[in-house]
Amino acid sequence: MEFNQPLLDDKGEGLKKRGARKKWNIEAYIYLIPALIIFFLFTYWPFLRTIYRSFFLTDNRGIERVFIGVQNYTDLLTSASFQNSLIVTVQYVLIVLVLGMGFGFMTAILCNQSFPGIRLFSTVYAMPMAVASSGIAMVFSIMLNQRIGAVNQILGTNISWLANPQWALISVAVLTGWLNSGINFLYFSAGMSNIDESLYESASVDGANGLNQFLYITLPGLKHISFYIIVINVIGAFQSFGQIRILTSGGPGESTNVIVHDIYRNAFLNFRFGMASAESVILFIIIAILTVFMFRTQRKEA
Amino acid sequence: MDINMEETEPFVLDNEQLALVRKQEARIRIRKGFLLIINSIVMIIVLFPLLYAVSMSLKSASEVYSSEFSFFPEALQFSNYRDAFNVAPLGQYIFNSFVVALSITIGQLISGALAAFSFQFLESKGKELIFALVLATLMVPGEATIVSNYLQIGQWGWLDSYRALIIPFLTSATTIFLFRQFYRSFPIALYESAKMDGCSNIRFVFQILLPLSKPAIGAVSVNAFINAWNMYMWPLLVSGSDRYRTVQIGVSMMNSVDSQSIVLMLAGVVIVLVPSLIIFVFGQKSLVKGLFSGSVKG
Repeated sequence: MEFNQPLLDDKGEGLKKRGARKKWNIEAYIYLIPALIIFFLFTYWPFLRTIYRSFFLTDNRGIERVFIGVQNYTDLLTSASFQNSLIVTVQYVLIVLVLGMGFGFMTAILCNQSFPGIRLFSTVYAMPMAVASSGIAMVFSIMLNQRIGAVNQILGTNISWLANPQWALISVAVLTGWLNSGINFLYFSAGMSNIDESLYESASVDGANGLNQFLYITLPGLKHISFYIIVINVIGAFQSFGQIRILTSGGPGESTNVIVHDIYRNAFLNFRFGMASAESVILFIIIAILTVFMFRTQRKEA
Repeated sequence: MDINMEETEPFVLDNEQLALVRKQEARIRIRKGFLLIINSIVMIIVLFPLLYAVSMSLKSASEVYSSEFSFFPEALQFSNYRDAFNVAPLGQYIFNSFVVALSITIGQLISGALAAFSFQFLESKGKELIFALVLATLMVPGEATIVSNYLQIGQWGWLDSYRALIIPFLTSATTIFLFRQFYRSFPIALYESAKMDGCSNIRFVFQILLPLSKPAIGAVSVNAFINAWNMYMWPLLVSGSDRYRTVQIGVSMMNSVDSQSIVLMLAGVVIVLVPSLIIFVFGQKSLVKGLFSGSVKG
């Protein structure tokens, strides 16, 4: 307590020191070394190597053999398989987005008012965020089995979910939407708890019913965070791999061969490391654009 | 409390008002009951895949093949869990996953706490640029560098080792960001007084800052552990033998179609899912607090 007095006086000087011309402070860098070494070795350097390799024809051990300029890129962008992969990815991302956000939104609405048991329910609704995509994909593979799976048994249908191209894409997207619904629930709940309670009070004094309060207070209040949630979900969906490899391995045909799975296939099944690197760069560009977009909107919000 | 009691002067409700209050109360009760019912239904839908896995993992191999839907097993076959350990070295896999996830968590705590300390408390030229470079790693998805990382680790002779599974993940921009966000609310005066008393920076971090950062440590630990435990793509590529295989990969290799292995596989899946779910249930509060203290402020 006694310390506080001189310190408050000290604050002005402290601030002045902060505003003064900065010097190179070696100590500040020492604390950053562990993190920076890891980032350098496993993010920056591999990233530069990926760009470099994407201009080469590689042998099956990944060593650059022939410089071919942008040919990997032109080959990719003109190949029917990669175009299909992009289209499939966009379709997949859209379904994941609608389902994951829809479910997260609905559960957040359901837990917006306090009632007995709310803590249990909110834990359950957030839980999918802790579930391993590979583990739950194996559960889905049994659930969706044509003969013994619960889905056909409950619905009374006889669909081969994973052997039909359209259903296969929808199936993996439903699974990913389920996985994402947990964190979306948390985001939407946080957004709703940020809406000023007095808005609802004055609205209800003015005689606005529940629906109108929802339409004119809740929804507009969630505008900013919804945008953020959309971008987070899209980026996450672009990166899906485990559930797709386990449920469909990109098939049937190439109907669920999303971009990350195609990178995996090119690099580790066909040993076309140069081409896979070019694909990685394209994936990076897509994600980078989306991330910049996200930071921009977040800053505007602040 | 006292003031409230005095202010709300007691008044007597006439019958009409009393009826109105009762009606209002009844409406609230109905709404709460309604919410309870709807939530129960939605909760069962959300939990269904998990409950289904548990139920199937306790069925007998022949029961799984029935074409009629029955949720509850006829007789609980706990032996499936024992058998799952016999068909695959699950114990080793689980051990590997714990080694990997715990090492990654501890590594991220240390590297993140130190880096965030430097960013928040120390001044130096070029600090902003470096912070921007750290945040920029959020833009580079692991999937976009995975080919290079794999080739590099192969060159180093690291394939199939704990090193390969752990070291690339010993830091993360999210962790640094969460710590920094937390340090922001830390009174700088406390730091300056410690400095004036001759406390070195490293002592300040470990004896003052970290003991007061338990919420941040909690959030980071839960987040890092769950992510590390659930990793799939990287361990799939770099762990080739049972000695280093993580439980996610090991169990996904039990994926097969004959009925005997279906029940064992699902027993394996339940074993995989339980640790991260337990940690989530117990760590949820601190995780949520940590994740949302910075981005969404009330």
